[in-house]
Amino acid sequence: MRYTPHTPSDKEQMLQAIGLSRIEELVEHIPRSLRERAGISLPQGLTEVAVKKRMAALAAKNATAQDWRLFLGGGIYHHAIPSAVDAIISRSEFSTSYTPYQPEVSQGTLQAMYEFQTLICQLTGMDVANAGLYDGASAAAEAVLMARRLQEGRHRVFLSLSLHPQYRRVIATYLKNLEDVELVETPFTESGGTDVEFLKGHMDEKAMCVVVGYPNFFGVIEDLAVIQEACDRAGALLATVTTEPVSLALLKPPGAWGVDIAVGEGQSLGVPMALGGPGFGFFACQKKFIRSMPGRLAGETVDGEGRRGFVLTLSTREQHIRREKATSNICTSQTLCVLAATVFMATLGKGGMRRLAEVNARRAHRTRERLVKEAGLVPVFTGPFFNEFVLKVSGWAERRARFISNKIVPGIALAEWYPELQDSLLICVTEMNEEEEIEQLARTFCGR
Amino acid sequence: MEFPDGLKYSKEHEWVLVEDKAAIIGITEYAQHELGDIVYVELPEVGEKVVKDDPFAAVESVKAVSDVYAPVSGKVLEINDALPESPETINEDPYGDGWMIKVEMTDMDDLKDLMSAEEYAEYIEQQKGADEEEEEEEDEEEEDEKEKK
Amino acid sequence: MRERSAGANGRGSDAPLIFESGSPGRSGFFWPEEKGAAELPPELLRDEISGFPEMGEFEVLRHFTGLSHLNFGIESQFYPLGSCTMKYNPKVNEVVARLPGFALLHPLAPPELIQGALELLFQLERMLAEISGMDDVTLQPAAGAQGELTGLMLIRACLAERGNPRRKIIVPDTAHGTNPASSTLCGYEVIQINSNKQGIIEPAAVEQVMDESVAALMITNPNTLGVFEKNIQAIADLVHRRGGLLYLDGANLNALMGIAKPGDMGVDVLHINLHKTFSTPHGGGGPGAGPVGVKAFLRHYLPVPRIQKRDEAYELREDFPKTVGRVRSFFGNFGVLVRAYTYIISLGADGLEETSRMALLNANYLKKKLEETFHLPSTEPCMHECVFTDRHQQKQGVSTLDIAKRLLDYGFHPPTIYFPLVVSGALMIEPTETESRETLDAFADAMISIAREAKENPALVKGAPHTTPVGRLDEARAARRPVLRWEPRKD
Repeated sequence: MRYTPHTPSDKEQMLQAIGLSRIEELVEHIPRSLRERAGISLPQGLTEVAVKKRMAALAAKNATAQDWRLFLGGGIYHHAIPSAVDAIISRSEFSTSYTPYQPEVSQGTLQAMYEFQTLICQLTGMDVANAGLYDGASAAAEAVLMARRLQEGRHRVFLSLSLHPQYRRVIATYLKNLEDVELVETPFTESGGTDVEFLKGHMDEKAMCVVVGYPNFFGVIEDLAVIQEACDRAGALLATVTTEPVSLALLKPPGAWGVDIAVGEGQSLGVPMALGGPGFGFFACQKKFIRSMPGRLAGETVDGEGRRGFVLTLSTREQHIRREKATSNICTSQTLCVLAATVFMATLGKGGMRRLAEVNARRAHRTRERLVKEAGLVPVFTGPFFNEFVLKVSGWAERRARFISNKIVPGIALAEWYPELQDSLLICVTEMNEEEEIEQLARTFCGR
Repeated sequence: MEFPDGLKYSKEHEWVLVEDKAAIIGITEYAQHELGDIVYVELPEVGEKVVKDDPFAAVESVKAVSDVYAPVSGKVLEINDALPESPETINEDPYGDGWMIKVEMTDMDDLKDLMSAEEYAEYIEQQKGADEEEEEEEDEEEEDEKEKK
Repeated sequence: MRERSAGANGRGSDAPLIFESGSPGRSGFFWPEEKGAAELPPELLRDEISGFPEMGEFEVLRHFTGLSHLNFGIESQFYPLGSCTMKYNPKVNEVVARLPGFALLHPLAPPELIQGALELLFQLERMLAEISGMDDVTLQPAAGAQGELTGLMLIRACLAERGNPRRKIIVPDTAHGTNPASSTLCGYEVIQINSNKQGIIEPAAVEQVMDESVAALMITNPNTLGVFEKNIQAIADLVHRRGGLLYLDGANLNALMGIAKPGDMGVDVLHINLHKTFSTPHGGGGPGAGPVGVKAFLRHYLPVPRIQKRDEAYELREDFPKTVGRVRSFFGNFGVLVRAYTYIISLGADGLEETSRMALLNANYLKKKLEETFHLPSTEPCMHECVFTDRHQQKQGVSTLDIAKRLLDYGFHPPTIYFPLVVSGALMIEPTETESRETLDAFADAMISIAREAKENPALVKGAPHTTPVGRLDEARAARRPVLRWEPRKD
């Protein structure tokens, strides 16, 4: 394929206008030694038909949620997405525009960002939210970085071990080269929630912040009331990380517990799983932290004639102005995914979001009950959960093949990250796992 | 542009009003004009020390952050609490309600390096002149090159 | 001149917010009530989400379609935004990325069930390495800035292993703001060096600050003036001789394919903005992707997991003790990577080489057409973009901002303005290779016409835009008293 419109006569006329006779003259000022070696050793271009054929062949080698029964969560969730979402984000006015630096011709994007910020505030119960970050993991890292700016003189970050293991890794990677930060691994209890006694015993005037999942990686709903109390006593900030924001339509939101920073991964709000990306990170906090926030913000204002309009604002926090003193190096906001989430939340609305959350919670609870009763599996944790739970499946390694041959992936084996949790599966049930799938799952566990 | 007599001025475009050992500090009309609409002001806290030629505050316009340098050393006695809420005061009244901090000076000799209103006005003219000259020179060079071609 | 339009849907900028539309009880989501109880303790449950929208699906669709009419996008307007490479985003990429075999994959599915995806990632790493002249590539970073951070971490890890991570990063005054911001985040102090009058970095300027405390120099090539850093090999030697590494900000790779490979210039690490050169839609500010390429000696430090091929199968490996870790969850922005892969096999080597050449031709053509009218700060030959200034128009009091806003009335998106910072009143124009000669002519005519207006009727230009859904917005007001969310009226 070629997407360049130049005919030989175009090239000739343009070169003539420039005062050249050959295309290669355009690059002759570049050292010859470089040019001589610059040839690209890849196959020649293909027709669109051939491209589609090749890509379809690659796609066919993957197990999709359509053909397989996947009970997988762990940070990425398979949910129903109204067709309206893709219709809107496919509109070229949204998909092919740049960051809205010219607000007069970007009101569509800017208003959507403003609506998104409001939706995230409502969903999380927080005062302010930014327009999006890369993903939940880097949003969690940005939360810690913000706490570091706000809590001068304090350097201990308490990371709950029940926080998503990949998120913990990303936080550690982001912080490893900064002085004055120390990560403290905080254990979990048999409830599957963060060990509050550990926090109470270890937090002092050096405690910068505490980071917990809500719900956490095991699907367990943390007891934010007691964690918040412990944080308050030590003067530490509390940051929650939500990888399944659908849960927040049912659960008391972080803001209601007095959380300082609420971040998470937004994929589950209308973005396809796509092997885990792109989704987006969301970032909300209390109003008093506004000038320390990372990422873009859309704000309301007026034009010369008093018409309401929206602009990117408080930009002096950002890298293109404050450079090495910026609050973050981020320069995008996953805007198209954020738009998808905005359309998704608007379409479902108050009633739809609640219904979706209820369906998830009820179906997951019913499934767990069934697996425990019928297949004799044992719950690993006692804490309350939303749509994910951990069960002990003895002899998992030997039983695995049977599931694969039935085209079922019953969950995520936790031993890779938690050696102490051998034979434990993190099982996720959403509204997309139909009754027949759950039936198959139970039957396979029963050895039938 | 107005540069009131009775104030002292620094090359970084701050003004100082001396009252015995105390100095009230703000930015000049020229500085506020160059910055454009000021949208945020970050001030030190009362009791903090400021050091001559070091930044003690920051003012933000929509698309820039500028440090404000201390024209004298001393200890902060008072700050203008109203500024964070209404930063536009600096644009509107830079020598009055737009004042920033009051300090107790530690070295009165610091004042010697500052300019009078007349000297400052001259300094501004020179600065502007220098920029224009450079541009003109470059423009001429450009013309020459075009002719060569 | 048209009247200020009310937007194609007749609502203008007065589009209500989703919170001001709809009616209580309305929803666009249909799902039967689920039987059974969730048995969650009542103290964990919230009330309904106060203020959340209540609209029907059609109503939502109309709302957002209305919003879309208030936007410029490359399929409606020429969008010569310098440093952003706003080229055509082929439709086939979108079709492919939406195949269930890519869109409906779970990242924690066993590797044996996502072999097609892993093969794609593995091959894309090889392709990007070949195009850029590097030895290995990671696809994990979600965007260019995250790529920069990753690249600097690799440098730090390597130098630390050699005994000293060092303290400083040299960044030229022409650099993108992300360069210094990423350096700080990686624990480095930033030293800025100045480019010469033509916007080029002189080896002498590097020599002055390059010592054993400097970890790396970050360079953009072509730089943000659209000029090839002709001293890059000498600079690389200088940096290497003092034990530092050379980082290349690959934002402008669109100018280099088949013309010069960064890997041959002495570059040790680079990032590539796939949403620019490899044509994935910018989406109003993401998602993008920022793969990082390295020379072989840095391979051990790349983020995990790494994809490796054993026999005919692809596997994920975490066992790299020297790795910097992980900068993003899962595999990065896979959907963006699928589009870039599709783009590369569509164009092939021949198409990619032609792409960069046509990008250069278009930029040089526009430069020629405008250089009589607008001041050109650098007379070095330009690559894929060129930078003008408002110096001539300033004589009538017309600034770069005014010119940019006036372009909107002519139906063009303005160039990047006031960047690079070293050029006062910069207008940075990157036409890209996918624009036709006729479009470039029309744009040049508009620019020349605005310059004429600046002389004859400066007020017209200074009051622009006159035809957009809203006029110039009060940004000072937005920043002084930030209103960042809708709230119900309290009456």
